Amino acid sequence: MSILVDETTRVVVQGITGKEGRFHTEQCLRYGTKVVAGVTPGKGGQVLRDLPNTDGVPVFDTVEEAVRKEGANASLIFVPAPYAADAILEAADAGIRVIVCITEGIPPLDMLRVVEFVRQRGARLIGPNCPGVISPGKAKLGIMPGHIHRPGFVGVVSRSGTLTYEAVFQITQRGLGQSTCVGIGGDPVIGSSFVDILRLFRDDPETRMVVLIGEIGGTAEEEAAAYIRESGFPKPVVAFVAGRTAPPGRRMGHAGAIIMGGRGTAATKVQALQEAGVTVVDNPARIGEAVAAIARMHGWLAP
Amino acid sequence: MNIHEYQSKMILKGFGLPVPRGDVAASPPAARTVAERLAAEGVPAFVVKAQIHAGGRGKAGGIRRADTLDAVETIARQLLGHRLVTPQTGPEGKLVRRVLVEEAVSIAAEYYVAVLIDRSLQKPIVIASPAGGMDIEEVAAQRPEAIFREVLWDLDRLHPYQARRLGLRMGLQGPLLAEFGRIVQGLVEAFWRCDAMLVEINPLVRLTDDRWLLLDAKVVLDDNALYRHPDLAALRDVGEEDPLEVEATQARLSYIRLDGDIGCMVNGAGLAMATMDMIQWAGGRPANFLDVGGGASPEQVAQAFRILMADPRVKAVLINIFGGILRCDRLATGIVTAAREVGVRVPMVIRLEGTNVEEGRRILAESGLNFTVAYDMEEAARKVVELAGRQRS
Repeated sequence: MSILVDETTRVVVQGITGKEGRFHTEQCLRYGTKVVAGVTPGKGGQVLRDLPNTDGVPVFDTVEEAVRKEGANASLIFVPAPYAADAILEAADAGIRVIVCITEGIPPLDMLRVVEFVRQRGARLIGPNCPGVISPGKAKLGIMPGHIHRPGFVGVVSRSGTLTYEAVFQITQRGLGQSTCVGIGGDPVIGSSFVDILRLFRDDPETRMVVLIGEIGGTAEEEAAAYIRESGFPKPVVAFVAGRTAPPGRRMGHAGAIIMGGRGTAATKVQALQEAGVTVVDNPARIGEAVAAIARMHGWLAP
Repeated sequence: MNIHEYQSKMILKGFGLPVPRGDVAASPPAARTVAERLAAEGVPAFVVKAQIHAGGRGKAGGIRRADTLDAVETIARQLLGHRLVTPQTGPEGKLVRRVLVEEAVSIAAEYYVAVLIDRSLQKPIVIASPAGGMDIEEVAAQRPEAIFREVLWDLDRLHPYQARRLGLRMGLQGPLLAEFGRIVQGLVEAFWRCDAMLVEINPLVRLTDDRWLLLDAKVVLDDNALYRHPDLAALRDVGEEDPLEVEATQARLSYIRLDGDIGCMVNGAGLAMATMDMIQWAGGRPANFLDVGGGASPEQVAQAFRILMADPRVKAVLINIFGGILRCDRLATGIVTAAREVGVRVPMVIRLEGTNVEEGRRILAESGLNFTVAYDMEEAARKVVELAGRQRS
């Protein structure tokens, strides 16, 4: 088991003929992901050859065709920002269950409408502005480097991209692996929150513990802490919150990382998480160490 | 994108919202001319407001009343061309290049109104308070019962009953209630039509003759949506931004100057913040936040390097890259190229990990340049803090 994606996931890549879309389609295929179709409006009818682990990926004009003809059930989106909101809507309308949007720079006001529609359709959106989702050894729907991952029992959920890679790498170096790693994205309006992903990890028998990587801005970490505390979350959680030393009120790259009115600081997040029984690491180089210590304590890792 | 008060008012006036009479001026005589025009309309007294991208102007002397034309000119002379230091500008202050000259008004009551996205609800909200004209964060902390919210569950509309409910909570009745509602609905419309991230009026004032005015206005626009608003994009005032930050924006880098002396270059905002935390943890102070992005090109890396080297306060540099899309070998090539071109005047610690890391480390080692290689974040931070310390002594 794992969450969101696995070896049965059939992926349609929206924006497959663009530079990024093409490059990452190749990377995902190389990892073993079943990319069964691509969509680029106006380029339907082509078949992309010379890709690894496939005889060719057919390109369609619409997501609906990819679903009907190739049985796609997940979408990976690389469409440029001005068209990306529309691409998400199209995927949800076509009945896609898991939509992963990598695109950065979608206006948050566009996303407000998108998030509502996706919810109405019962689909799950990851992102936008995120590295994607990987279930190591099974499927990679995203731009993360596959080789730093390893199958295992640690669930990882994060608002960052490269900081997630850092955490994953440390976990792998300690001889542990991951069930699924989910980058939820750093934008103000996103499809899935920490809480949404924590719920999935709770119900996944393969996930024994969770690593949560947060950052300053917004109140997503505080909400995750409240959920962990109130639900009596049954699995150990290790967290790191980036931006303890960031000056208040300044925008730090992610549109999301804006400190608002006394909430959303690293201190309030750390405190909330600690009060929920989460192990909060204050040194980002020691995330793997903290995970390994807990795994040893439970006898999941040889001392 | 931040814009000036006078620009925000111009936008909001376009939505039929009431703003004070006045105009912007870049010289003392021009400020006087604006006041003369207002006087001809029967305005007896004026307010001169420094236009900078920072709040807290009032307490810093950047907003002053003038009772005569001479006083307008004198105050404009005192403000223009001088640096205004407010709690939000940092100790170096901001150069005042324009003043807004407006009619002085007689205020009966001050309110606070803002429209923004509530991230946890994933809906826009209107926040209002009868405690306007003050630091709203302080009000929220000390008198949370004086802050009222209405969720725009229909996203782009504040329904009339919601506008009335807010008005009643402001203590308004009769025609005042209706007028307040009209103003708040206008602000919501402006928020959506401009693709704003924030529309904030502090204060919205009721005058002694029961007219309403947006006495101060702050509109923050969404950079990501400017492509569909060329008219709003033109409001950017590059003069308000740090020159190195402007250069970084043009190279599609995210750069923010801070006050320490350890320069850093990292890929990804989260890892960049974690690296700054690590530097602080090791006893140092970062000179900047610099995110070259998850998928930076060698050219962007080279440009980032130039920006770091252009900051005279930087005593040592830490480069921390976790290669994913950005491969370590390409990154190393970018750094070596830029270092040869710009020169390396300070010690540099490089930590690479991820895709093609061996090849990247080999390129750095064979470059003949004096880099210190580190194998994890903690080691990298310790080394750079130590090297910066030696540079200082």
